[in-house]
Amino acid sequence: MNSAVVKAALRWTALIVAAVLFLLPFYLLLRNGLASRAEITAPDWTLWPRQVHWENFSRLFSLEDVPFARSLLNSAVVATLQTLGLLVICSLAGYGFARIPYRHSKTVFYAVLATLMIPTSVTFVPSFVVVSTLGWLSDLRGLVIPGLFSAFSVFLFRQYFLDFPRELEEAGRVDGLTRWGVFRRIVVPNSRGFFAAIAVISVIGSWNAFLWPLIIAQSPDSWTVQVALSGLLTSQNPQLNLLFLAAAVSILPIVLLFAFLQRYLVRGVTESGLKG
Amino acid sequence: MKLSRKTRETLAFWGFVGPFLIGLAVFAYLPIGWSVYLSFFDARNTVTPSVFVGLDNYAHMLTDGPFLASLGTFSVFALAIVPLTFVLSLALAAGVHQLRFARAFFRSVFFLPFACSYVVASLIWKTSLFSGVRYGLANTVLGLFGADPVAWTGTVDPPLYWIVLVTARLWLQLGFYMILFLAALQRIPGRLYEAAWLDGAKPAWQVFRHITLPQLRATSVAVLLLNLINAYQAFDEFYNIMGDSRGYPPFARPPLVYLYYTSLGSGGQDLGRGSAGAVLLALLIALVTLAQGRLFRFDRGALS
Repeated sequence: MNSAVVKAALRWTALIVAAVLFLLPFYLLLRNGLASRAEITAPDWTLWPRQVHWENFSRLFSLEDVPFARSLLNSAVVATLQTLGLLVICSLAGYGFARIPYRHSKTVFYAVLATLMIPTSVTFVPSFVVVSTLGWLSDLRGLVIPGLFSAFSVFLFRQYFLDFPRELEEAGRVDGLTRWGVFRRIVVPNSRGFFAAIAVISVIGSWNAFLWPLIIAQSPDSWTVQVALSGLLTSQNPQLNLLFLAAAVSILPIVLLFAFLQRYLVRGVTESGLKG
Repeated sequence: MKLSRKTRETLAFWGFVGPFLIGLAVFAYLPIGWSVYLSFFDARNTVTPSVFVGLDNYAHMLTDGPFLASLGTFSVFALAIVPLTFVLSLALAAGVHQLRFARAFFRSVFFLPFACSYVVASLIWKTSLFSGVRYGLANTVLGLFGADPVAWTGTVDPPLYWIVLVTARLWLQLGFYMILFLAALQRIPGRLYEAAWLDGAKPAWQVFRHITLPQLRATSVAVLLLNLINAYQAFDEFYNIMGDSRGYPPFARPPLVYLYYTSLGSGGQDLGRGSAGAVLLALLIALVTLAQGRLFRFDRGALS
């Protein structure tokens, strides 16, 4: 009895300490983002800025060398277009592999899976070459289009559609729907939850991507928010308070999305992690 | 003209799969082929190579100190991050799983960093938590004990920069792997534990070792593999924590950072050698993956 109480107390203590450590970086973002420049580097550490500097917001959005507002807009456009495109292209392919009988379907599918063996990061040099040959450097097309063709998403959609109840589809066929009609009118409407899961993962991945935008977005007007942050961070003499505020602003949309759609996200991560 | 059913199905297949395959050809197969091609040429500051150099680029990379050193850097990083992530994410999952209330709260708190980018984490770690100056949080805490400020990212001997790099990644990814373990824990049938209790109430550790761990086998393999592949692709936090306006220090360059500076960074722009390095890395990871597949299959045979 006594030892059970001690164990429970230890477990709660460990969990609470861990939770505080996990939340600490978020607190630092706000604390430093709302402080004055001098206060961040002050030797005596205060838990909260003595005076909250709301004007940091307006200073952040009027920086001359880093078009921060523009970078937020770029990221939003890239994440939206990439996610919509990926959902259409990869769900179609996944459905084709899962449901349409074709002699060489297996062979083609293995050729797709083989690309998963080669990490995308290893092909970044030639991919850069392809995109620059197409003239898509510092261009929305270069940021969005290469990310649409995710073999991993096709794999996830295929696994999902393999488990989709066949009876529903057969009812549609009996009513005279074509393959396309069945997909659009029966399969997609009944798979909203799974589409949402993939969408959340895609938006987060797209918003947080760094290496690819760093290579492709070379002019400041085409920077995504991560490239802009990195530019602020690695520049000479960065204004730390504005940098922290920028980081806090950059995670806000994702944290909100996360809060509302965490249910789908957990399901998506669970399914992708275990079957991948 | 009336098409046969089989022809119609074939056309439907290509209609559904075709758009994706065209993209895959342009943005996956073509770059891979191009990479192999470029690796045999002298391609400095150009993407249209003219001078064939055979295996010179490969020979250079394999005898090149920095490239081999980058493989060593990756090994150290993987040896630290893979076991730590495994143990800590499993511990978090077990802790959260046993809760009777506030479970959703703790799960969310641990998962929340997954929403952050590596750039944001790098910023916090580099300029606040582990800043080398006195006001950095780690140094403030050390100062309470009377210790002098430590230059966390700049200290090579002992390599303190690893503390910064490893903890940043742990914060970002533990929640993700915790979710995988949580899902697996929830799937373990309760009767297994009941049977263990009936056999005589064993200590918690033994139940964990003989019932929980074997049931988590598939997830554990997935966690280890995903984690290793992700460690191998490390770029974002290294670039942002270690690099600054003066460039990147000669130590702590993982393969991807080294290749980035070789092929696209200012000064280098050697696409031939960069491609050779990329091909070598791809071969290496394919080898490791195959070996691992062997290992786990062998293990499974031994267990059953």
